[in-house]
Amino acid sequence: MLYVVMAYLWASILLYVLMGGADFGAGILEFLSTRKSKDQTRRVMYRAIGPIWEANHMWLIIAIVILFVGFPVIYATVSVYLHIPLTIMLLGIVARGTAFSFRNYDAVKDKMQVVYSKTFMYSSVITPLFLGIIAGSAVSGKIDPQATHFLDAYIFSWLGFFPVSVGIFTATICGFLAAVFIIGETKTETERQRFIQKARHMSLAAIAAAVLVLAAAHADNIPLAHWLFGNPVSIACVVLAAVSLIWMWVSLFRGSTRWLRIIAGAQITLLLVAITYEHYPVLINLKDTEGLSLLIHKGSDKTIHALAVALLAGSIFILPALFYLLYSFNRQEEPVAD
Amino acid sequence: MDDFIAARSQMALSLGFHIIFSCIGMIMPFFMAVSHFKWLKTGNIVYRNVTRAWSRGVAIFFATGAVSGTVLSFELGLLWPEFMKHAGPIFGMPFSLEGTAFFIEAIALGFYLYGWNKFNKWFHWFTGVIVGVSGLASGILVVAANAWMNSPAGFDYVNGQYLNIDPIAAMFNDAWFSQALHMILAALTATGFAVAGVHALMILKRKHIQFHTKAFRIAAVFACAGAILQPLSGDISAKDVAKRQPVKLAAMEAHFKTEEKAALILGGIPDEKNDTVHYALKIPGALSFLAHGNFKTSVTGLDAFPKDVHPPVAITHYAFQVMVGLGMLMLLIAVFYFFTLWRKRSWLEKRWLLKLFTIAIPVGFIAVEAGWTVTEVGRQPWIIYGIMRTRDAVTPMPGIVYSFYIFTAVYVSLSVIVMLLLYRQVKMVGKLYDVA
Ligand code: HDD
Ligand code: HEM
Ligand code: HEM
Repeated sequence: MLYVVMAYLWASILLYVLMGGADFGAGILEFLSTRKSKDQTRRVMYRAIGPIWEANHMWLIIAIVILFVGFPVIYATVSVYLHIPLTIMLLGIVARGTAFSFRNYDAVKDKMQVVYSKTFMYSSVITPLFLGIIAGSAVSGKIDPQATHFLDAYIFSWLGFFPVSVGIFTATICGFLAAVFIIGETKTETERQRFIQKARHMSLAAIAAAVLVLAAAHADNIPLAHWLFGNPVSIACVVLAAVSLIWMWVSLFRGSTRWLRIIAGAQITLLLVAITYEHYPVLINLKDTEGLSLLIHKGSDKTIHALAVALLAGSIFILPALFYLLYSFNRQEEPVAD
Repeated sequence: MDDFIAARSQMALSLGFHIIFSCIGMIMPFFMAVSHFKWLKTGNIVYRNVTRAWSRGVAIFFATGAVSGTVLSFELGLLWPEFMKHAGPIFGMPFSLEGTAFFIEAIALGFYLYGWNKFNKWFHWFTGVIVGVSGLASGILVVAANAWMNSPAGFDYVNGQYLNIDPIAAMFNDAWFSQALHMILAALTATGFAVAGVHALMILKRKHIQFHTKAFRIAAVFACAGAILQPLSGDISAKDVAKRQPVKLAAMEAHFKTEEKAALILGGIPDEKNDTVHYALKIPGALSFLAHGNFKTSVTGLDAFPKDVHPPVAITHYAFQVMVGLGMLMLLIAVFYFFTLWRKRSWLEKRWLLKLFTIAIPVGFIAVEAGWTVTEVGRQPWIIYGIMRTRDAVTPMPGIVYSFYIFTAVYVSLSVIVMLLLYRQVKMVGKLYDVA
């Protein structure tokens, strides 16, 4: 049953990156759009993510609940040493979620719209940036439980070249995912071309950010290359991701977008597999000591069992309903909120 | 302010903020479903307009409830890591089920808000009911988690170790039923009075009378039904507390000395130094009766416990008085309203009746906040009653004060904006919803 729980944890992290990521990315695209095209971007984007955006963010809650029920020591350690970036991320989530729905549901459309939009855009950049920083610091072994000084314990645990570049990488990935997702939702050829353009730009940005991550890993003495090329599975993932990147580029330039979403999703999945495979079963690396392993720092057997049953039972309700939701609104013309 | 106090205040602030949105999230979908049902049955367009107006309101509240809830699930660790390290696997069961309930709620809400004229009309209506049912389910579950903190169960505590963990037994602890029942009725009463009051206010202003009257009638009936049941459920809660947390009961009642025929103390200023209450009205024997169902039975007082496990008596006592006092007020309004419906239908048009409901807008929510203050402050100094002290659970990170200031600023501004949005929503009824 432990493996069921770990699978759910992994899957909810992946789904949060994919679906939540596309959602954050929509805000990033809006942020990067020229003033003229902002309105248009916003409209297409709203049509694409409106009905599912609440559900997109549930994956984070699922992941957190799995952590604190199933792996309490890991949850507690992360909460202590990454308190500051977690808090900033939370503030971002709050600002973003409320601004998005206030913008839509405010009965009077006036200057407040500008406030909502600004808040939405800035928090759409900040939140994935800090998500990435948290992920980067969790894998990089910067957390130091032995630290006695405030700065070492609570600041340098996350504020470093490597975590920050992972943050930037995450933000660019989100923008890219959003563009790819929205291409499939566009209604006119001009809209479609615009988002293809954005997808190209964002993929370039993501590649640049990936280079930055490699440089940072080198500078910070983090064996990133070893994680990516240290075992056959990771190598296979990286190679596949690279091949599909070329395929994706060809499609993007040809303007054929049929497989785009699948390719983009696959790339992120491969990347996550490559990194987690090498780290497994460790979820959080610590400085100078053994990392926190999912196999060791787990809750009691009964708890894990009950958690697994709850997750499996929950999926029976959730997955069909979620697919039906995605399916119904994909077929339809213009979902307009009431 | 020291960091420990800051952490407690931040937790209290976040929960106190979240509870308002969760009450509305649990109850409004049912109001909507009733009005929606009437529209589908009678074809009276006003009901459709009421449903749509309410659903927009709910969307605003839902988003705010969802993000404040997300904050809470992190805050448990950010502020109380030592607590979560041990408690997570024990009381986590309701949270993992709650995840499912939230998910279903979010999906159903997607269908409901975006599904007008797109699906079979009864399927669409049904998704609205699902929103309500899953909201209620998550409310019950999370209260069961809180009940565990009041009445720990499902493990053996041996030499500081938590052994033989049974998460199912932990979920069905002694307090879950009385607390969950009381909470749901509280949500019903508070949301009902707030909604009915807002519509009453608009009728008083002679705006879109038809629209607001229909909305008022639906909310008022629910509110009043809740208000009548609430004291009964409160009595169950009180008897329950007397059994499992006698020290909390003693603090609620400012009952310092163990005695038979214990008096019920109304009002007064508790003096924790001298263990007495000044200027109070005492009803002999009444406390014995309320706590144990017999006027003679002895009621344990604060003197039976060492000082270091006394909760803050004054706050608990005041909060309890406020809750019960407002509960009685709403009970009176409710009885009066049902009498009007039954015998004096002509009063329904009277301005003073509407004014009464307008005054009651915030009353239910004040009672909810007071009630939670009783439960949570009355549990101090324990975070897990009798097992772990709150002080031992707090995060080692210094500087929580700043985090408290930031969250206070955020919650204050969100409250202001939500009020503004609601005001605009109501103001625009004419333009947006009162069209045939
Ligand atoms: C509309 C709100 C409302 C109203 C009118 C009342 N309550 Fe209440 N009360 C709550 C809202 C609430 C609450 C906020 O929902 C609490 C906090 C925790 C809980 O389970 O319910 C609560 C807690 C609570 C507790 C503590 C339970 C515990 O710690 O486990 C007791 C003993 C009572 N209530 C008793 C009463 C009595 C005797 C009332 C008589 C009128 C009453 N309440 C009216
Ligand atoms: C939403 C309704 C709730 C309100 C308004 C509320 C209110 C409060 C208040 C006022 C405090 C501070 C007490 C003090 O320090 O003197 C507190 C503490 C706390 N509450 Fe609640 N509470 C609620 C529900 C819950 C639930 C459902 C849980 C968990 C399942 C919970 C967990 C905690 C924790 C962990 C603390 C901090 C430790 C402590 O002070 O004991 N609360 N709450
Ligand atoms: C007595 C206290 C509480 C009650 C009755 C309650 C109930 C609810 C309800 C009904 C919702 C749905 C949101 C809405 O419709 O507006 C909600 C949202 C949420 N609550 Fe609470 N809650 C309580 C305390 C807590 C606590 C202590 C936590 C965290 C540990 C929490 C976590 C959440 C989360 C994560 C959400 C967002 C779910 C979503 O996106 O739909 N809640 N809560």
